[in-house]
Amino acid sequence: MTDIHRLTALQIAGLVRSGKRSAQDVARAFLSRVRSLDGDIRAFVTVTEPAALAQAKAVDEKAARGETLGRLAGVPVAVKDNMCIAGIRTTCSSKILENFTANYDATVIQKLRAADAVFIGKTNLDEFAMGSSTENSAFFTTRNPWNLECIPGGSSGGSAAAVAARMASLALGSDTGGSIRQPAALCGVVGMKPTYGLVSRFGLVAFASSLDQIGPFAGNVADAAALLEVISGHDPRDSTSVNRPIPNFLEGLSKGIKGLRVGLPKEYFIDGMDPEVETSVRDAVKVLQSLGAEVRDVSLPHTDAGISVYYVLAPSEASSNLARFDGARYGHRSSRAQNLLEQYEFSRDEGFGPEVKRRIMLGAYALSAGYYDAYYLKAQKVRTLIKRDFDRVFESVDVVVTPTSPTPAFRAGEKADDPLQMYLSDVFTIPCNLAGLPGISLPCGFSSKGLPIGLQILGRAFEEDTVLRAAAAYESATSWVKVP
Amino acid sequence: MSLTDKDVNHVARLARLALTDEEREKYRGQLARILDYIRHLEKYDTKDVPPTSHVVPLSNVWREDEARPWADPESILANAPEREGNFFKVKKVIE
Repeated sequence: MTDIHRLTALQIAGLVRSGKRSAQDVARAFLSRVRSLDGDIRAFVTVTEPAALAQAKAVDEKAARGETLGRLAGVPVAVKDNMCIAGIRTTCSSKILENFTANYDATVIQKLRAADAVFIGKTNLDEFAMGSSTENSAFFTTRNPWNLECIPGGSSGGSAAAVAARMASLALGSDTGGSIRQPAALCGVVGMKPTYGLVSRFGLVAFASSLDQIGPFAGNVADAAALLEVISGHDPRDSTSVNRPIPNFLEGLSKGIKGLRVGLPKEYFIDGMDPEVETSVRDAVKVLQSLGAEVRDVSLPHTDAGISVYYVLAPSEASSNLARFDGARYGHRSSRAQNLLEQYEFSRDEGFGPEVKRRIMLGAYALSAGYYDAYYLKAQKVRTLIKRDFDRVFESVDVVVTPTSPTPAFRAGEKADDPLQMYLSDVFTIPCNLAGLPGISLPCGFSSKGLPIGLQILGRAFEEDTVLRAAAAYESATSWVKVP
Repeated sequence: MSLTDKDVNHVARLARLALTDEEREKYRGQLARILDYIRHLEKYDTKDVPPTSHVVPLSNVWREDEARPWADPESILANAPEREGNFFKVKKVIE
C-alpha cells in the first residue's frame, strides 16, 4: 500500500489503532514522500526523521503491550517552526534563533504526544510569522505544491504546503492575521484559526499576544476538527487560555445546515479582487443555499480599517515580545559587540531580517511618547468598532462567509519589494483575529491556471462547532479536496 | 508624511537596532509609506469608544509563585552564546 498518504488522518489513526498498519510503516511512507518531494517544495526547515521513527516505534510498542492507542495514533504531523518540541531546533525561520534547541514541549505538542501522533518535522514560515508568503524566511522560500513558481502563502506556508503535498497528514500553524487561513486557501487545504483562548499558546514563540492562536491544517474538515479537539483545552500556563469544557467537534459535523443563517458581507467583495475568486465564492454560497442555508446580505462597515488597526497593534505587540532577543541567554550574539548596548543592537541587527526590523520599528514608533494616543490607542478603539460590527451581525446570522484571500497564490518575488502591497493580501483574514473569532478556510475551486481558491467561514466566539458543521456540509456536497 | 534620519535613528534606538546607513534610508521611506496608510484611522469617529486590548473577558489570572525544579539545566545553558560554568556570560552591565 504505497498510497497511504492519500488516506485521511482519521483513517490512518483507525488503521494503526486496529493494528492493521504499524505506526512505523506510516512514518516511513511519509518520510519517503518528504525525501522525494521536499527538495522542490521546501516546506521543512528540519525533518525530524530519527525522532519520528523512534516515536512511531514507541507507539507500536504500546500497541504490542495491549494498551489503547490515542486518537491520532501514528498520524504524521508537521509543526510550524515557531512551536517548541523538546530537543529539536526551533528557529522561527530567523537567523537569530538558527541554533536554538527547545528544551521543553509546547502544550499543543504534549497533547499530540498524548494522542500518539508522530512529529515528522518543523516547517518553514515567514520570520517570526511576519508575512504572507514565506519569502520573509531567513532560510528559503517554500513553494506552492500546485505550482512551484508560486508562493504557498504565509506565514504558515510550510505547514500548508506539507499537508497539500501530503508530506504530512496534519500540521499545526499559528494565525495572527490570517497565517493559517491564507496559506490553507492558497495551497488548497483546510486551515482553521480557533477562537482566541481555545488553544494554549504555551511554547509558541509570541508575535502579537492579543491576536496569536494556534490551529490545525488538514486535508479535510473532519481531520481538522479532530486535530483541533486534541489541541484544545484550558492550560494554567497560558493566562489567556479560557477554562471551558472541550467540545466534541466531530460529533455534530454531519448534522447538516438546514436553516443555518449565512451572512454575506458586502465589504468582502471589493474592487480589485480576482474575478475567479469572486465567482468561486458566490458559487459556494449557492451550494450552501441548496443545502438548506438561509443566505442574507450583511454589512461589516469597519472592514477596511482592519489592516490599519492590525499594522499598529501587531507590530506594537511584536516590538515588546521580540525585546527578549538580546543575545544574552540564547540566540545569536554579535562578535563585534564591545559593550552591552552593542551586544543588543548589533546582535539584533545581524539576527533579524528586514520585515522583522520594519515591524519592531513601526511598533516602537506607535508606542513612543507623543504618538501613543494617535496610533496605538486609536487603533485599539477602532478595534472595538470592528468587534462591534461582528457582534451586531451575529445577532441575525450564525456564520459569515467570505473569500479567504482576494487572489489565488501569487508568483514568488511579485510583492516581495513592496511591504504595503503584501500587507493588503491579508485584508479578509485580519478582522477575524481582531475580533477574536473562529474562522476556517477550505477549498472551493481552482483558478483557470489551476491554483486553489479558498472559502472562509467565520463564526461566533467559541462556536467552532457551527463553523465546522457548515464547512463539512459544503465539503461533502463538493469535490475540491485534491492532492497535486 | 516624511520621516527624518533623526526619527529613524530614534525608533531604531528604541528597538535596539544598529542600522547601517543603507538600511536607514530604506526604512525611512518604507515606514513613512506605511504610516501614511495607517493614518486613515483618523477618519473613524472613536469618541466615547473604549479601547479593546483583549477580546476575551478575562481579568488577572494568578498562580502561586513557586519555585519548581528543572530536570536538565544543561539543556538551557547549552543555548547560551557564552557561558562560564552554570552562568550566562554577558558584557559588563554597570560601567
